[in-house]
Amino acid sequence: MFRELRASLTLFVLFVFVTGLGYPMAALYLGQALFPHQANGSLIQEKGKIIGSTLIGQNFTGNGYFHPRPSAAGNGYDAANSSGSNLGPTSADLIKAVGDRVADLKKAGGAVAIPVDLVTSSASGLDPNISPAAARFQAARIAEARKMDVAKVSDLVARNTEPRTLGFLGENHVNVLELNRALDSLAPPLTQSSP
Amino acid sequence: MNLNALLQFTAFIAVTILLMLPLGAYMARVFSGEATWPGKILDPVEGFIYRMAGLRAAAQQSWTEYAGALLIFNFLGAGILFLLLMYQEMMPWNPQHLPGLSVDLAFNVAVSFMTNTDWQSYGGETTLSYFSQMLGLTVQNFLAAATGLAVAVAVIRGFTQREKRGIGNFYVDVTRAVFYVLLPLALLFAVFLVWQGVPDNMQPYVQATTIEGASQTIAQGPVASQIAIKMLGSNGGGYFNANAAHPYENPTPLSNFFQLISLVLLAAALVMAFGKMVGDKRQAWALLASMTILFLILFALCYYSEANGNPAFTAMGIDPNITDVNSGGNMEGKEVRFGIFNSALWATLTSATSNGSVNAMHDSFTPLGGLVPLFNMLVGEVIYGGVGCGLYGILIYVLITVFIAGLMVGRTPEYLGKKIEAHEIKLAVLAQLLYPVCVLGFGVVALLSPAGATSITAAGPHGLTQAIYAYASAAANNGSAFAGFNGNTVFQNIMLGIVMLIGRFGVIIPVLAIAGSLSAKKITPVSNGTLPTHGLMFVVLLTAVIVMFGGLTYFPALALGPIAEHLSTFSGVLP
Repeated sequence: MFRELRASLTLFVLFVFVTGLGYPMAALYLGQALFPHQANGSLIQEKGKIIGSTLIGQNFTGNGYFHPRPSAAGNGYDAANSSGSNLGPTSADLIKAVGDRVADLKKAGGAVAIPVDLVTSSASGLDPNISPAAARFQAARIAEARKMDVAKVSDLVARNTEPRTLGFLGENHVNVLELNRALDSLAPPLTQSSP
Repeated sequence: MNLNALLQFTAFIAVTILLMLPLGAYMARVFSGEATWPGKILDPVEGFIYRMAGLRAAAQQSWTEYAGALLIFNFLGAGILFLLLMYQEMMPWNPQHLPGLSVDLAFNVAVSFMTNTDWQSYGGETTLSYFSQMLGLTVQNFLAAATGLAVAVAVIRGFTQREKRGIGNFYVDVTRAVFYVLLPLALLFAVFLVWQGVPDNMQPYVQATTIEGASQTIAQGPVASQIAIKMLGSNGGGYFNANAAHPYENPTPLSNFFQLISLVLLAAALVMAFGKMVGDKRQAWALLASMTILFLILFALCYYSEANGNPAFTAMGIDPNITDVNSGGNMEGKEVRFGIFNSALWATLTSATSNGSVNAMHDSFTPLGGLVPLFNMLVGEVIYGGVGCGLYGILIYVLITVFIAGLMVGRTPEYLGKKIEAHEIKLAVLAQLLYPVCVLGFGVVALLSPAGATSITAAGPHGLTQAIYAYASAAANNGSAFAGFNGNTVFQNIMLGIVMLIGRFGVIIPVLAIAGSLSAKKITPVSNGTLPTHGLMFVVLLTAVIVMFGGLTYFPALALGPIAEHLSTFSGVLP
C-alpha cells in the first residue's frame, strides 16, 4: 500500500509538472513565437484602440451596418460568457422568438425567403459570420441608410465572402465585422445610424 | 446529401484512415515494449521516472494489483484537483479574480475530469482561472486518456499472453501513453490550432470598444494547449462554455476538419494496434466494419433530420434549402462556418466516441437529430469509442456475441483462441448492465424527486429527453449535454458525479478482471468448430447484438422522449 501510494504520488506530481506546466508553456511559447497575432486572440486595433477580434462576433444595431445573428451569450455578444439559446426545436419560446424576428425582417425586407441563420441564434452566441444570403438580404436597407447604390453594397458582400476552405471544407460565409469595416472605408460611417 | 457534403465526408474518411494506420502500428510497438525512434530520447527519461517512483518497470501486476494501482492513482489525482478548485482564489494566474468553487461543484468537476467524462455544469470562462485550467484540468485530460489506454492495453495482453498471472504494469502503461503517444501529438496539434486562430496566452480578458461604441470583454487564456488534448484524449471538456462552437476553440473549417479527425483518431488507431498485437489484422477490420456500419446509419439519420430543418420555421417563410449561399436546415444552435453537415457529423462522432465536445448545441437539434447522440451514448459508445474505453467497450460486446453464437451452435465460445467461460460472461454482463442501472435507475430518481426535476427547463417529451440525456452522458462518460438542463445544482452535481464514477470504474474493474482471467488461459488452436470472428457473419452478429442491447433496453425511454416529440410536432402525425 505504501509503495503504491509513493509510486502514485511521485508520478502524479511529475505529470502535473510535465503536462500541466511544461506542455502548456511549450505550446504557449511556440504559439507566441510562430503566430503571435492568433495566439493573442486575433485582435483588431484602430488608432491604438482595440475594437474587437476578427474571430469574435460583435453586435451591430444601426441601420447602416450589417447585423449579425441573434446571440444568446449574456445580453448578446458577451465574449466573456459564451452560450447558445439551448431552446428545443418545439419550444414555445423559440418559436415565438423566431416568429418575432421574421416579422421584423418581413416589415423591412419584403417577400424574399428569409435566410435561416439571420433569425436563429448561434451555438456560441459569438458567431462572427453570416451566410452570403443573410448579407444580401440586408443590402437594400444598408444602401438606403447610407444613400448608396444597392449594387455597390452587393458587390462589397461578394468581395467579402470567404469561400469554403480548399474549395470544399465548411460553408461560404461573410465575416460581419470585416464587412462593416469595409463598408465604413467605402462610405464614411454615418453620424446618425440609429436603428 | 449535396456534392459538397459528400466531398467533405470522403475527405474525412480518407484522412482518418491515412493517419490511423501508421499511428496504430506505432502504438502497437509502444505498448509491446518494442523499440521506437522516440525511445532513443525517452528511454532514459522513463528509467529516471521509474527510479524516482520506486518502480521496477519489468514488474508485472496481477489484475487486482493493476486495478488497485489504477484506483489509487486516479483518486489521488481527483482529490488534489478537488482541493485546487475549492481554493482557486489562493492560487496564482487568476487575472479575473475568480472565486473558489462550491463543494458540490468542485466534486462534480474533479470526478468529471478524472473519469474522462468532462461533463461541465459550469462555464469555463466565467468560473475557472488559468491556473485551474492548466494545472488542474489539462493534467486530468492527459491522465484520464492515459488510464483508458492502459486498461485497453491490459485487455489486449489478456488475449495475447498464455498462462500468465500478470497483465502488465499500470504505471508503465500510463507513463508510456503520456510520453510516447499523447504529449507529442498534443503539442503538434496545439501549434496547428494556434495557427488557425485558437489563442494561447496568459493575458487578462481584453476590453474592446466595438465599432458602434459598446464595450465588449473578450475572454483569453492558455486555450490551444488544453483544446489539443481535450480532442485527442476523448475528453471533450471545453475551455469556454460554448465548447468547440466557440470561435476561439474552433475558429475555421480547417480547424474543425482536424478536430473531427482527432475525435476518432486514437480510438481507431487503437483498434488497429489491437489487430497488430493479437497477430491478426482481420480481427481489427471486423471490429472497425461493425462500428462503421452503425456510424453510417446514425450519421445519415442525424444529417437528414437537421438538413430538413424545423417545419415551424419553414411555415414562417424561412428558407430551409442548403445552398452555396444559404445555411438552410435547422440553424438554431449552429455556427455558419460549419453549417449543417459539419454540425451533424460532429454530433454523431462526439457521442460515438466518448468525447462529448460539441460544435453545435444538441438541445436545439431536431428530435431525431438529437436522438442520434443519445442513442450512441446509450449503446455504450462503442462506435469507435473513446481512447481505450472504445476498444474495451466493444470487446465486452464481442464476448457477449461469441457467447450467444456459441449457444446457438452448442459449442464453447472462443475468441482469439481463448475459451470464453461463465466467469468472463458474468463479468461482461455485469459491466454491460451498469449502464441501464445508471441511466434508468438514477435517471428516474432525478425525474421523480422535486430536487431533480427543477433542472429540466423544457416542457413535454423534450424535458424527458433532457434528463435522460444528462444521465446517459454521465454514465457513458461522454460529457455532452442538452445544455438547457441545469446541471449546476447540489442534487445534480452529486448524483451525476456518482453516476460518472460507476460508469467509469464499474466497467474498468470487471474488464480488468476479464483480462486477468483470460491471461491465465491457454491459447487453443483454431479448429473446425471455431466460429470465425473476422468474417461478414460475425460483423452482422456483433452489430445486431449492439443494436439489440441498446435499442431494446432503452426503447421505452426513447419512445417517450425524442420519438414522441418527433411524432407530435415534426411529422404532423399526432395533433
